[in-house]
Amino acid sequence: MTRDPRTAAHALARSGARPGVRSCSRIAGLCLVLAVVLAPGADARTPTGTGSTAPAERARSDRDPVSPGGTARPSAEDPALEARLVTVTRELRCLVCQNESIADSHAPLAVDMRNQIREQLRSGMSEREVIAFMVDRYGNFVRFRPPLTASTLALWFGPLLLLVGGLVALGVQLRRRAHRAEPPVPLHPDEAARLAALAADDTSGPVR
Amino acid sequence: MSRHWLPLAGFALLALLLGIGLTLNPREVPSPLVGKPAPAFRLPTLAEPDRRFGPEELRGRAWLLNVWASWCAPCLEEHPIIESLARSGVPVYGLNYKDRREAALAWLQKHGNPYVLSVVDDNGRVGIDYGVYGTPETYLIDRDGVIRFKHVGPLTPRVVERTLLPLLRSLGAS
Repeated sequence: MTRDPRTAAHALARSGARPGVRSCSRIAGLCLVLAVVLAPGADARTPTGTGSTAPAERARSDRDPVSPGGTARPSAEDPALEARLVTVTRELRCLVCQNESIADSHAPLAVDMRNQIREQLRSGMSEREVIAFMVDRYGNFVRFRPPLTASTLALWFGPLLLLVGGLVALGVQLRRRAHRAEPPVPLHPDEAARLAALAADDTSGPVR
Repeated sequence: MSRHWLPLAGFALLALLLGIGLTLNPREVPSPLVGKPAPAFRLPTLAEPDRRFGPEELRGRAWLLNVWASWCAPCLEEHPIIESLARSGVPVYGLNYKDRREAALAWLQKHGNPYVLSVVDDNGRVGIDYGVYGTPETYLIDRDGVIRFKHVGPLTPRVVERTLLPLLRSLGAS
């Protein structure tokens, strides 16, 4: 008695269960594609280091760099210059702690670079010229937003390509499934006879 | 049947790419200065503050510029390698990076001075011109004053033997 119902379940499973499993894996695949697409955009401009900065360090703000000697420089005298300094330094990666911008980092190199950029801006260099100056010395790696070149094409358009590819695959799959709305596979005559026998058995059996 | 292999093939490709990623060093920044003329400077030397030195004085010969500081522990680690390079006749010049003069001189006194001379980059400006972001760094500059090679971090025997010495030989130094 216990063996037979299982066989019947098998027969049912053959016709019904698979599409469900399949669509599940499709949705999981789509989620993966979306995650890949969204992740770099969310990450690229987040200065990850700020969260871990000690309170004492944070209190000493970027506009107020302390030179190694310990003397604070009167830098807030020109707020417009400081605002420009912040916009430029947010674009530049600190080479020492590579996930922080020069604006956020307290590494000595970042302090030096901020001081140099402040002087450059004061002497009349444009933001673009300052960034070019740093790229000449440290390479495009120093920029948080890499320029569009042959080697960064995949970086810029890869995620979009993945998204489009995923959507196309999804569309094709949905369309194919709509066409495939055929009746379930009929039981083999042997299976049908067995099922009938089981049903007959059940009505006369002890279970009621 | 082939569609069942698709996820496995995808996984294998991803695993391969991630595996290659593990062998790369994300901290290594390719220098845009390799192949470009070494930035000019005119800095006081460590031993004689009144004397100034610039890379143009070394035109016509290949030489090494080694960025070091007394506060830099990895510099001490690579120090024996610098010394053996100097002993074998390679002209090594030092860029003493953001250091105090007394500390730097004491460091050379204590550990030995392999440098023909060291120049003092007090505020790190020349360091920025050379794209220095971590000491020690070593630059190979050819007889035309062009940077041919840059190494970030302590020199290792492997780098010296496989890259630095062959390059020096091909440039006709020592």
